[in-house]
Amino acid sequence: MNFTINGQSVEVEADIRSSLLDLLRNSLGFTGTKKGCDQGACGACTVLVDGERINSCLALAVQYQGRSITTVEGLGSDGSLHPLQEAFVEHDGFQCGYCTPGQLCSAVGMAREIERNIPSVVTANLSADSVAIDERELRERMSGNLCRCGAYNGIIEAISETLVKTPATPQVRARA
Amino acid sequence: MNPFTYERASDAPAAIGLAKGSAAARYLGGGTNLVDLMRETVERPEMLVDVTGLPGGIEPRADGGLRIGAAATNTALAADAHVRTHYPLLARAILAGASAQIRNMATVGGNILQRTRCRYFYDTAAACNKRQPGAGCDARDGFNRYHAILGASPACVATHPSDMCVALAALDATVHLDGPAGPRSIALADLHRLPGDRPDVETELKPGELITAVELPPLSFARRSTYRKVRDRASYAFALVSVAAALDLADDGTVREVRLALGGVAHKPWRASAAEAALKGRPASPESFRAAAEAELAAATGLRDNAFKIELAKRTIVAVLSDLTGDDA
Repeated sequence: MNFTINGQSVEVEADIRSSLLDLLRNSLGFTGTKKGCDQGACGACTVLVDGERINSCLALAVQYQGRSITTVEGLGSDGSLHPLQEAFVEHDGFQCGYCTPGQLCSAVGMAREIERNIPSVVTANLSADSVAIDERELRERMSGNLCRCGAYNGIIEAISETLVKTPATPQVRARA
Repeated sequence: MNPFTYERASDAPAAIGLAKGSAAARYLGGGTNLVDLMRETVERPEMLVDVTGLPGGIEPRADGGLRIGAAATNTALAADAHVRTHYPLLARAILAGASAQIRNMATVGGNILQRTRCRYFYDTAAACNKRQPGAGCDARDGFNRYHAILGASPACVATHPSDMCVALAALDATVHLDGPAGPRSIALADLHRLPGDRPDVETELKPGELITAVELPPLSFARRSTYRKVRDRASYAFALVSVAAALDLADDGTVREVRLALGGVAHKPWRASAAEAALKGRPASPESFRAAAEAELAAATGLRDNAFKIELAKRTIVAVLSDLTGDDA
């Protein structure tokens, strides 16, 4: 099977049954992408395919041949974090970190969806030319990524500060 | 997961031809449900025919309706400008389902044919007439908070989990099929079956048939329409009860036309025909809405954990119709 992963062409032999997640982790060593539930409920396995976020656990690798895949390893580079990664550190957007690669990829994909004026279920005006982004929109749009540590407030602050400017930026909530 | 062969089709005849080669072939859309079921060995196809390369265009029709290629993603359909303006209940129903990641993967055809999320259907150690005809039903006396209150049978109390289909049922959508015996069409409302004594037979599709497109007739008053989903958490959960509704009011404040469908309550998207009939010509008032909801739910029956959904469905119908009569609707 052939893929472009983080800008590099790769060719790999794989079992026809391999999920994209297992292919990335077990066959190619991209262990940044995490396996949480392995059934599309937690979002830890989120990667970008041609810029769109998907759950790699529910994706058969064979179906994604020839596509361009971005994992958390492709967001920043050694010694140079992606601005969103910096903001996660700054705002305590994680504790154990297991959901973080999925949160990061998901947020990058979300920002592109907002740029393309894709609505969410809490978008009040479906006919508007652009989505008015507030904290409620961000929480709804990130609901496919669970965080067992409950770092949601920090995650939303980090996203608000870097990817998507909300009216409340940077003080999304009052700190205790 | 059992082994399988994988083929990719570029058009419907090719897909149907490939699938004909194996009695245990399945069409593969986004895979968000099928891959999960294969991992649990609930689904054991010997061949997958990938149909994501088939037409997925969303095209307005001369009569004001809309034709949706079955390979369109859920995201693409919800984001479509025509859908957002002319069929807002459909955009809102899709956006109420799953997560953004899953909506990016899932196709319209796959959404329609997704299977119940009944835990006993998924758990191969449990008894399930849908998974194994004649085995019994552990849901009936088990954890059945999410199960059916309308149209269930002794054999099966599972619900159809789609949000999108509830809106499609309200809109009188037509589903276009193609298969070994040639193309045909069927109303979305007639595509899914009630369980009866054969809950394993979920749709009217014949072996090898493929959904190629969904067509929406024009419905001018669908501009005044919405979808409300009541669930156990604010986002990313299946419906306890959902309501899709479109309302057309006469100048004297009576109901000229109404479309109403319920989700989370039955083995299929539930078109609320009794409620619609009870509303036509009546004043658009909470009293009329309540009476219509009572008429629709008159035949409902509850199980140990889900009897509350009967009252919940009634109240949600009243709330949605009340919202649609508001000045800002």
